[in-house]
Amino acid sequence: MVNENLVKDVVKEPYKYGFVTDIETEKIEKGLNEDIIKLISHKKEEPKFLLDFRLKAFKKWQKMKEPDWAALGYKKIDYQDIIYYSAPKQKEKISSLDEVDPKLLETFDKLGIPLTEQKKLTNVAVDAVFDSVSIATTFREELAEHGVIFCSISEAVKNYGDLIEKYLGTVVPASDNYFAALNSAVFSDGSFVYIPKGVTCPMDLSSYFRINSGDSGQFERTLIIAEESSSVSYLEGCTAPMFDTNTLHAAVVELIALDDASIKYSTVQNWYAGDEEGIGGIFNFVTKRGKCLGKRSKISWSQVETGSAITWKYPSCLLLGEESVGEFYSVALTNNLQQADTGTKMIHIGPKTKSTIVSKGISAGNSKNSYRGLVKMGTKATGSRNYSQCDSMLIGDQASANTFPYIKSQQPNSEIEHEASTCRISEDQLFYLQSRGIEFEEAVSMMVSGFCRDVFNQLPMEFAAEADKLLALKLEGSVG
Amino acid sequence: MQSKMKESDPILEVKNLSASTDNLPILKGVSLTVYPGEIHAIMGRNGCGKSTLSKIIAGHPSYNITSGDIKFLGENINSLEPEERSQSGIFLGFQYPIEIPGVSNLEFLRVSTNARRKFLNKEELDTFDFEELVKEKLEIVKMDHAFLSRSVNQGFSGGEKKRNEILQMALLEPKIAILDETDSGLDIDALRIVASGIKKISNSQTGIILITHYQRLLDEIKPNYVHVMSDGQIIKTGDSDLALELEEKGYEWTDNFIKET
Repeated sequence: MVNENLVKDVVKEPYKYGFVTDIETEKIEKGLNEDIIKLISHKKEEPKFLLDFRLKAFKKWQKMKEPDWAALGYKKIDYQDIIYYSAPKQKEKISSLDEVDPKLLETFDKLGIPLTEQKKLTNVAVDAVFDSVSIATTFREELAEHGVIFCSISEAVKNYGDLIEKYLGTVVPASDNYFAALNSAVFSDGSFVYIPKGVTCPMDLSSYFRINSGDSGQFERTLIIAEESSSVSYLEGCTAPMFDTNTLHAAVVELIALDDASIKYSTVQNWYAGDEEGIGGIFNFVTKRGKCLGKRSKISWSQVETGSAITWKYPSCLLLGEESVGEFYSVALTNNLQQADTGTKMIHIGPKTKSTIVSKGISAGNSKNSYRGLVKMGTKATGSRNYSQCDSMLIGDQASANTFPYIKSQQPNSEIEHEASTCRISEDQLFYLQSRGIEFEEAVSMMVSGFCRDVFNQLPMEFAAEADKLLALKLEGSVG
Repeated sequence: MQSKMKESDPILEVKNLSASTDNLPILKGVSLTVYPGEIHAIMGRNGCGKSTLSKIIAGHPSYNITSGDIKFLGENINSLEPEERSQSGIFLGFQYPIEIPGVSNLEFLRVSTNARRKFLNKEELDTFDFEELVKEKLEIVKMDHAFLSRSVNQGFSGGEKKRNEILQMALLEPKIAILDETDSGLDIDALRIVASGIKKISNSQTGIILITHYQRLLDEIKPNYVHVMSDGQIIKTGDSDLALELEEKGYEWTDNFIKET
């Protein structure tokens, strides 16, 4: 009825980050072949092992088929029509932030991520990635005092080659899937984190990914290693300008936690989602996986996915260490013609391992929102437990929600629990809140945040506030 | 007593109100005027339009006013949003209070109270000041503090939901409260608590409309007027004795009035 339309108005979202930075860039020619890969590797002055890693991945990728099992529909991607390396032109060697092009600093300022010494965020170290390269990483000296390494992965390749060689591709092998193989072949930059034994990282670490150019893909690679008894909380944010073409983003994130280590990885993903007719937007095909290698280690993923035309993403945990713990907390909001197929895999390998999955999908407009998850108990996972809860909320009558939980157990002495629900914001609920003086928009946003509460509670504090604001923004509109 | 009341302006004036939903006429010319300090009871069979009348006064979007006016404090409110009506002092106690999962009752009550306070140009309350206020109001309905940390109405028993409605009324301090079958589903003790709560909250400046089927609420709160509704119209108005007569003779007795009109 009347309210149905109002709800549609309310979820119309103005995208605040759609501007383009006018900056001279160095781009290589479109297309993908061995020469391009050699060129990227050469530009980055990489050691031989990495070039080999890339070329091997490329060979595998060429033999692979793009997956079509997800509940997604999109036009075939022409991989030869993409630029695989694009970087803002700047001096060869940058020794301090003063030498960074002010336009880049301005860009991040505008995104609410000031990088300069005077303005940088307190208590959060930031690695800012612009298209294919990392621009700056703040608080490096302070972190170094604690032995924490936080830098771009390109730098890590140069300075900590042994760690990269030891761990890169050990969690997500190049042959893992089509997009992971592509990333392994062409990845340009991303963040590297190393937390030494016994260290609790003194501040949150964060990466901010910005896609600026319309015709290049972004293929970032993140590697986080937490040594014995260490812990770190890592945050990731993403935005992109509004283009009427689709931009490919295929990232790989690998986490490794040793004995008693814990990694908390939080994402607020707000890539450009395309317009109301579904024109433009980011194709977000991401492989994120953590390996709980050590005993009692813990990896916790939390994500708030609000952007992208298409999201294909399953942050997962391999629970190898005895009594290791994996967690996945997710809010995915889709609107207009957005499509999301997201979830997690919890692979219980070691004994007494535990995993928790809480997924909240909100679909509005004509969007499609699917949860897809796998819980697997291996033969040795005796005494292991999983709890999954997947809730969907529908706004309007054109949106759809699916839940695909896959459960495989080879261990009779383990427990798997799955709960699922679907609800709709009803006219009666809205009227009830309105009849108590609460404005329509606030009523919708109260109900949506209420629905997401279990997940927001898991986010780091600053992030939780940001996520709440972001959802409110997505739900903001011109209510007549 | 009555003539003194009429010296002041009415709080609510419903004039010849007709309304429909999905092109189905529900109200067929209802008129009702409530002055400060008055308590009105509306009785009638299920489906006679009692609840519809209350929802329309509160601004429910599913109903269209086809003719007539609703005036609140002298202003026509036909086109006001439900939230504007609430903020300006109209309160509807729901027959079936709605469950809102995930939204904390405390936060809901605070946002709601502040919306009303803002309208009255009163300072909005932070969580601490609100705690103080709500504690005091919980007394009125004899509710436990634990209710506040639960989701709005979720998992509440029928009686708890109704008491939560009265708690909202106590916080919002409306000019007029329309209580739609607040007494239904209550045991005798809960009915007493609710009735005494309503009496404590109302005063010589407020108006109350009680929609009910039962005499027992009217034993606790004596109405100045009793209206009998049938088929979308008020077919008879009297004093509290009318309710007693109705209790004795049943709604069949009122069928004759329709013929009269």
